[in-house]
Amino acid sequence: MIRVLVLWLAMATAAFAVQPDEILDDPVLEERARELSKGIRCLVCRNESIDESNAELARDLRLLVRERLVEGDSDDQVIDFLVSRYGEYVLLTPRATGANLVLWLAPVILFGVALAIALVYVRGRRDPVTDDGLSEAEKARLAKLMEE
Amino acid sequence: MIVELGHFTLLLALLVAGLQMVVPLVGAQRGWASWMAIGGPAAMAQCILLTFSFCALTYAFVTSDFSVRLVALNSHTLKPMLYKVTGVWGNHEGSMLLWCLIIALFGALVALFGSDLPDKLKARVLAVQASIGVAFLSFLIFTSNPFLRLVTPPMNGQDLNPLLQDPGLAFHPPFLYVGYVGLSMSFSFAVAALIEGRVDAAWGRWVRPWTLLAWLNLTIGIALGSWWAYYELGWGGFWFWDPVENASFMPWLISAALLHSAIVVEKREALKSWTILLAILAFGFSLIGAFIVRSGVLTSVHAFANDPERGVYLLAITGVFMGGALTLYAARATEMQAKGVFSTVSRESALVMNNVLLAVSTFVVFIGTIWPLVAEMAFDRKVSVGPPFFDAAFTPFMVLLAILLPLGSILPWKRAKLERSFKPLWTALLVAFAVFALVWTVQTGRTLLAPIGALLGSWLVVGAAADLWVRTGKGGLSNKLGRAWRLPRADWGRAVAHSGFGVTVFGIAALLAWEIEDVRTANVGDTFVVGGYQVTLLDVRDVEGPNYLSTMAEIELTKGNTTAILTPESRYYPVAGMPTTEAAISNGVFRDLYAVIGDEQADGSWAIRTFIKPFANWIWAGAIIMSLGGLLSLTDRRYRVAAGASKTRKTVPAE
Repeated sequence: MIRVLVLWLAMATAAFAVQPDEILDDPVLEERARELSKGIRCLVCRNESIDESNAELARDLRLLVRERLVEGDSDDQVIDFLVSRYGEYVLLTPRATGANLVLWLAPVILFGVALAIALVYVRGRRDPVTDDGLSEAEKARLAKLMEE
Repeated sequence: MIVELGHFTLLLALLVAGLQMVVPLVGAQRGWASWMAIGGPAAMAQCILLTFSFCALTYAFVTSDFSVRLVALNSHTLKPMLYKVTGVWGNHEGSMLLWCLIIALFGALVALFGSDLPDKLKARVLAVQASIGVAFLSFLIFTSNPFLRLVTPPMNGQDLNPLLQDPGLAFHPPFLYVGYVGLSMSFSFAVAALIEGRVDAAWGRWVRPWTLLAWLNLTIGIALGSWWAYYELGWGGFWFWDPVENASFMPWLISAALLHSAIVVEKREALKSWTILLAILAFGFSLIGAFIVRSGVLTSVHAFANDPERGVYLLAITGVFMGGALTLYAARATEMQAKGVFSTVSRESALVMNNVLLAVSTFVVFIGTIWPLVAEMAFDRKVSVGPPFFDAAFTPFMVLLAILLPLGSILPWKRAKLERSFKPLWTALLVAFAVFALVWTVQTGRTLLAPIGALLGSWLVVGAAADLWVRTGKGGLSNKLGRAWRLPRADWGRAVAHSGFGVTVFGIAALLAWEIEDVRTANVGDTFVVGGYQVTLLDVRDVEGPNYLSTMAEIELTKGNTTAILTPESRYYPVAGMPTTEAAISNGVFRDLYAVIGDEQADGSWAIRTFIKPFANWIWAGAIIMSLGGLLSLTDRRYRVAAGASKTRKTVPAE
């Protein structure tokens, strides 16, 4: 959250992000534009999406996204266009290709490995003496006592 | 003069810390009681010296002594007194001094309250703690000395960053630091135990309160930061998966795992070596956090100095402490043989599952945080890892945790029968699904996010109640109430903390699913409708504050008989040359009304942003409930009387 601090030093306008004059008349297109904007990085502010940012560049990108949508681009086409222009860096959701597969698969693999280790450990902790030394009659009596 | 004295005591503290690091450790190895006994007084002395340094720096800020470089850079005569004081830690050098003070404070607490610790363990714990102190004190003195003077003092200061001039953020760092540094205590206990070569139930009992203290302070600190972001950034976001946030979130997650696994050590003498490893890693994540925040490697837009020299120093500290501790761990861990046996269905297994989920989610956050760095250095790919990744990769673990939690906390130790243990939870499950159905029908046609959040939230809350209900045994309601009153506070703490988690889960889901946003331009006098509220822009006027200029709007929101007047501001701080947005919020139990004023348009109208944010406060209320649960556990009788218990255990031989 503190990432905005220095950003603010650079920008002399109040925090507002999406300005009223940017909004498209068509609510469906506008909704798509908002959703797309949330996944596009404001390049000068590092960790903010263009939907949240007040930077001039973010505004330009928001307008660009809307322009493309109005011209009839699909969501993917808009994203491809932005990537071809600004590089993969512009995407807040890294594409699951090449080395990035490591990133995307890590949670699954880590969880699998951790679960396997935990299972082995838990099974290893089982009491080797499964017989607790009680006869059936004693067990029944114990159960009865526990019920009370 | 006072500033020079503070500088002097700071240097003296480093010297004392050096002594405290070496003498007790040698004493413990050789069995020299007099050498070991140095630890306690040294810890006290170090704490007193640093307290004086800190007071001296505070004095410089309060009296606006601009001949001190740090004060000139971060303060101003017009600044309100509260922010002159909090400005002491609103910068890199001052916050690092606070950090060192807290390290020493924890050492002093061990010296004060650890009279029941075995002498050798105490000496080693204090020595390890002092080694952390030495590392950070030398970092402070050699790379970021707060007491440096200016040859020609300026007439006035450059002011504290206006964004930090806010109660939410002013008190956010001290809580976080107590949390980060509190984990150094668990680390010191872990390393001392490794040197000693033994871990028993008593060790678990000693290490748990420190972890609990660290965790509950982290909870408060993170909640304060998130709350600040919510009202200050102007659009009500509460979590951004920013590297700096993740830096505090990773220690929180892993210390949550640690405080659960320490229970297993304490009660069942199992999971010992894993708990030691967690204690080491938890502090490791604190160090990594300090590195991320202060080196600027991952966030070069962060306010604190991103000085490469400091970054290298911090990386070296992290490397030395983690490398050393993990090497020691590799050498000694096999000696920690567990005693307790348990069947696959048991509370022990449930806590193992808790640790799997929390530890894996910590590493998921870690990988996501450092991936941009790794991808660029190793694969020459410049990528961003943003909220969409974390939402997708992290959330499933929390959902799984929420599903399993009520069952896990109700299972008995050693061996459990699933159907039998689940019996008291049927009611909770029924209630949870009833709530799910209710929410689902009420909100017809929207995402499943809110109903699922409500399902999990109520499952956690009612499940925690069922847990307490079972523990009060059989008999009439009055009997149960009487017993509930006498239950150990740890039981209450557990139930309260777990239901707090439920409240937060629901708050997040409800806010994300039901938020309504409206962006438009309006003239003074215009009325429009947002989410059932009549919104009227009554007035826009200029206001002058103590050290800022403000454009303040007056907005009226009406629904039925309720009316709220909101006064959002757009402020400008001339000294720092920075604008800030002061959103206006009308807080409610079921919804927040949130308004922001933007720029004046060419035609004289104003940009207005209005939000209806349902259940927003539940997110932070849940965090407060969680930390309250931690506090209840911390005051449990067994920690207060651990003295007697430890005496009898001292004779137990090493395993």
